[in-house]
Amino acid sequence: MKRLTGFWAFTVFLVLLPIAFPDNYYVTVVGGTALLNAILAVGLNLLMGYAGQISLGHAAFFGIGAYSSAILTTRYGWNAWPAMAAGFAFTGLLAFLVARPILRLKGHYLAMATLGLGIIVHITLVQTEGLTGGPDGLSGIPGLSLFGWAVDSDLRWYMVMSATLLLVLWLALNIIASRSGRALRALHGSEVAAEMMGIDTTATKTGVFVVAALTASLAGSLFAHQQAFISPDSFSFFFSIELVTMVVLGGMASTYGAIFGALVLTFLPELLVVFEDYEVMIFGAILMLMMIFLPQGLFVGLQNLLRRLWARRPAAAPEGDSHGAA
Amino acid sequence: MALLEVEDLTKSFGGVTAIADLSFQVPEDRVYSVIGPNGAGKTTLFNMLCGIYVPDEGCIRFKGEEIIGRQPHRVAMLGVSRTFQNLQMFFNMSVLDNVMVGCHLRTRSGLISAALRLPRVIHEEKQARQWARAALEVCNLDHFIDQRADALPYGVLKRLEIARALAANPSLLMMDEPAAGLNETETLEMRNLIRRICDAGVTVLLVEHNMGLVMQVSDRILVLDYGSRLAEGTPAEIQNDPNVIQAYLGGEVQYAV
Repeated sequence: MKRLTGFWAFTVFLVLLPIAFPDNYYVTVVGGTALLNAILAVGLNLLMGYAGQISLGHAAFFGIGAYSSAILTTRYGWNAWPAMAAGFAFTGLLAFLVARPILRLKGHYLAMATLGLGIIVHITLVQTEGLTGGPDGLSGIPGLSLFGWAVDSDLRWYMVMSATLLLVLWLALNIIASRSGRALRALHGSEVAAEMMGIDTTATKTGVFVVAALTASLAGSLFAHQQAFISPDSFSFFFSIELVTMVVLGGMASTYGAIFGALVLTFLPELLVVFEDYEVMIFGAILMLMMIFLPQGLFVGLQNLLRRLWARRPAAAPEGDSHGAA
Repeated sequence: MALLEVEDLTKSFGGVTAIADLSFQVPEDRVYSVIGPNGAGKTTLFNMLCGIYVPDEGCIRFKGEEIIGRQPHRVAMLGVSRTFQNLQMFFNMSVLDNVMVGCHLRTRSGLISAALRLPRVIHEEKQARQWARAALEVCNLDHFIDQRADALPYGVLKRLEIARALAANPSLLMMDEPAAGLNETETLEMRNLIRRICDAGVTVLLVEHNMGLVMQVSDRILVLDYGSRLAEGTPAEIQNDPNVIQAYLGGEVQYAV
């Protein structure tokens, strides 16, 4: 089971962390947010890292999931789970409908179109006050409860987020190591060759776009129930960009890289708080330096670095070998 | 019956006629070559045959089925596979994965069954890996199996494209300049490979500039000039065709066969 070694290691890590640091703010609270972001990044990475289709509007699907849950539970008195399922289905349908026209576009044009999608959804959330509460947002969203087990503490939310992330990660890893995953990477590598190998590139792009949107919707619902209050601010253009940054920073086409990127990007601002006024500036500088020195992304870059150091260890090995590995 | 029938095919790009009223038939289990000077319309022809371009007029039948109007992946479903003049490798993938993409049409599992890793997905993966291995062996590439495609030399990549196309188990394999950029040893290897593929029961449609290779490997040759048919026949017939000698080969003919 070499394929899932990383998965099991990560599972153990997530279980041990709150045991090693009980009642730690950074583990349960910031950690919970980081895990939520990681769920989003894993989904987006399938679309961006593997299929090579950029999305600058991914926060839209996150927002639709969150608002579906919020509106159905607060305004219509639905139970949280069917509300989540309804949001899931609605997001999937919407993603399917917009995918075809949008994914016809490539490169900058695709970036523009997805950007537009994100902005339209954001504006709709702000403007339809009667339904969404407008800029003031919606409050009083009930918490989650699983067969009588109420998710009512930071630690329990950490557990829910961990379990969801592991599920999403497992599904993503399975997709990547399959016929469908190869089709995604193939259309990234050469669309015309992928078509000639019998891959319906339009359908494949649509499929992965919907999968990424569904993941975001799920994360959005969890977010709404966790926060109990949501406003359009959380689903703006800036959050879309942050998600893209997580994927790129961690390393495109590496699922663990996307998770790593999400963790780093969530924790870094927390740690930089000590710099007060200079926080944002230092944050930006760190991002720039990382991209300059580790252009393949943090995770992939560090992995390669470690591999290179490892390869150098047996000093007797011929010089040519270590060069080849580099 | 001919495997591929082309009738009165015409295609122009904004007033420039790339292919004019072209007809020919590719018999089954043969190596059929298309030659002609640069700009004669060979690649345009290829792109129409596999569904990338839509012709202005005429028809293309493969195994008796009309293929015009089908998207490339639906043409591929009929059993047409191809390689490209400029490499179209999946450089972001390993050699094995590249060739396993070729098995796409021989496997069925979709996104959901893959995500859940159902038993039949695991079975299919094993099967696809076997097919890919076999295709790599045919092309003498088995020792590159675990390497990344972007780490391979040009000559190997040329054969890797063929392995990927073969993994689809096609009835017709179209090769666009497989020997371009290869040295003599590699060209010889390519000749043997093309012959092996044909002997294994795959019809080969070849576009190639290396005349030595074309003359040795082909069963029939079609000569294009300005998008129309200049001559058609066996290598010996083509070599002695006065039209070909004059228009394309420029007077005297000398082959180092």
